[in-house]
Amino acid sequence: MADLVTNPVLQLTGIRKSYGSGETESEILHGIDLRLERGEFSALIGPSGSGKSTLLNLIGLLDRPSGGQLFIDGQETGQLDDTGLTRLRGQRIGFVFQHHHLIPAFTALENVAMPLLVARGRPDADMFAQAGTLLDQVGLAERKQNLANQLSGGQQQRVAIARALAMSPSLVLADEPTGNLDTHSADDVFALLREVNTRLNTTFLIVTHDRRLAARCDRIIEMVDGDIVADTRHQAATN
Amino acid sequence: MKYWMPFEWIAAIRFLREGRMQSLLIIVGVGVGVAVIVFMSALLSGLQANLVKRTLSSQAHIVLLPPEEIARPQSPPAGIALRLQKQAQRLRSIDQWQQIQARLEGLPEIAAISPIAAGPAFVVRGDANKAITLLGIDPVRYSGVIALPERMVAGQLRIGAGEAVIGIELAKDLGADIGDKIRITTAGDATETFTVTGLFDLGNKGVNGRNVYVSLRSAQSLLDLVGGVSSIDISLHDIDEAERLASKIAAETGLTADSWIKTNAQFVTALTSQRVSSNVIRFFIGLSVAFGIASVLVVSVIQRAREIGILRAMGASQGQMLRIFLLQGGIVGFFGSLLGSGLAWLFLMLWRLMARNPDGTPMFIIGVDPWLVAIAAGGASLVGILSALLPARRAARLDPVVAIRG
Ligand SMILES: Nc1ncnc2c1ncn2[C@@H]1O[C@H](COP(=O)(O)OP(=O)(O)OP(=O)(O)O)[C@@H](O)[C@H]1O
Ligand SMILES: [Mg+2]
Repeated sequence: MADLVTNPVLQLTGIRKSYGSGETESEILHGIDLRLERGEFSALIGPSGSGKSTLLNLIGLLDRPSGGQLFIDGQETGQLDDTGLTRLRGQRIGFVFQHHHLIPAFTALENVAMPLLVARGRPDADMFAQAGTLLDQVGLAERKQNLANQLSGGQQQRVAIARALAMSPSLVLADEPTGNLDTHSADDVFALLREVNTRLNTTFLIVTHDRRLAARCDRIIEMVDGDIVADTRHQAATN
Repeated sequence: MKYWMPFEWIAAIRFLREGRMQSLLIIVGVGVGVAVIVFMSALLSGLQANLVKRTLSSQAHIVLLPPEEIARPQSPPAGIALRLQKQAQRLRSIDQWQQIQARLEGLPEIAAISPIAAGPAFVVRGDANKAITLLGIDPVRYSGVIALPERMVAGQLRIGAGEAVIGIELAKDLGADIGDKIRITTAGDATETFTVTGLFDLGNKGVNGRNVYVSLRSAQSLLDLVGGVSSIDISLHDIDEAERLASKIAAETGLTADSWIKTNAQFVTALTSQRVSSNVIRFFIGLSVAFGIASVLVVSVIQRAREIGILRAMGASQGQMLRIFLLQGGIVGFFGSLLGSGLAWLFLMLWRLMARNPDGTPMFIIGVDPWLVAIAAGGASLVGILSALLPARRAARLDPVVAIRG
């Protein structure tokens, strides 16, 4: 597709978000402009309550902005209804969350295949082969048939990463993916994200409180009180 | 994972299996409700069919009688008040009964037609005498209306000239047995002696003590009805059609046509109100089952908010979430109904063991109609889906942001 080549993965112009209405209305994001190029590996940092998760939810089409425009792969999203948003989200965006990543009623393999199953409506051999390959790549070849809650935190997060990649998304959004892990597992998970980024040229936007990890990203976007206050790119940080 | 199953089915089944305790409890809850409904329905329809059968064992479905004679004043003199009185109905023959019978033969709803010459009489044997109803019948035709041959308890249904068949009650009153002679006298002082050839038990004490069957010809001469009949008994293929058909025949022939439904109006009303009250009970059991399913699913939606949010984040649509929870309701209803039908079958077996006549035979036979099970399964699945409507809409409309934030 031409738009995949010529358009940025993500473009935000004047994105606002307010909660409540009337007297209690409060604006959390005050006109965010942001552009993510294909293959960029960016960190989103900022103090607690600065609006990082709110912004990530908007980018992930889980929520609608109160104002401004949001383009995914060049497609304007303001006009889409819930079905359109859901479809675009399923195909173009992968999520990695801090907590409750997996669906406990399913095995690791089934969890990874889930986005494919949701999109295709019926299971097929191909989706499990694909999910198996992804689990091999995140180093969980031996754990495919484990139920989600029979895995350690770090293992669960790897499964979640494999799942986020199942649909070959343009953009992976990770909200504190290492927030729940010890330093060692956090480094592993981070390295895995980086590895996927270099291998598949997938764009990443990672919210983190860990300055050490942020420093290892190509770009650091810093938010304070609903505004982007700093945006620095540096090549040297690559591992 | 079964390859042929759609995503929604897979998720619904997994969710139910994961919440094992909850699912089991609600399925048992549905099962008990269904069991009561199925058991009650089977019991009631068995009971009612039995009552109707007993009632109709000694009654025709429709009885045709000569039209009532209406008392007409004979141009009364002026000034004298009119006095209308219902005339005492004397024994009259049905005009042209052969033609009427031939015409009725053509109606497909009718199973059997039996012309009858019947009237009051006295029976005497030694010192004993009793008022009876003398019925002259054609045994073959009459058996199509009332199953007399099956009801013979002694002797046989043989009513040639000078032969009579009487009920067990009358036999007891007269002290008569097979082969004994009885004398029958009518109001017109006609008398004839008969030999008792058979005893019947029609399951009704009044009938057993009153009815005396003789040949049509004997009754006609005793009752002064030579060549005539006093009524025509009719049996139908479908007893529920009796009222409609009676009106039709009455309109066509000008005769009085009494259906069993009219003759037993109180009994039929009692049956109907029994059915109505059981429907009310069934409705409320269904309602409480529905609320049970709904409340379990509401809790499940709350418990699974995160998973719903994650599925939505992975591209699951509102429609898919809706269907996952509707299916859970339907599945719970379906398996509950299977369990319930099994339980109902068990109850009925127990009932069969315990509810017995004094002689040890089952009080009345009731079985679980396969149709009833199919209807219960379909109905319970539908109730399950309907009761899941509210929780499923909640699941579909859940804001994924709120759900994921947990
Ligand atoms: N649904 C909501 N209604 C009202 N206010 C909200 C809602 N969601 C978030 N907020 C507010 O928006 C602000 C930003 O929240 P957000 O979760 O985006 O912060 P964050 O940067 O992710 O913080 P943290 O680092 O602690 O995760 C907070 O002040 C929060 O109270
Ligand atoms: Mg946050």
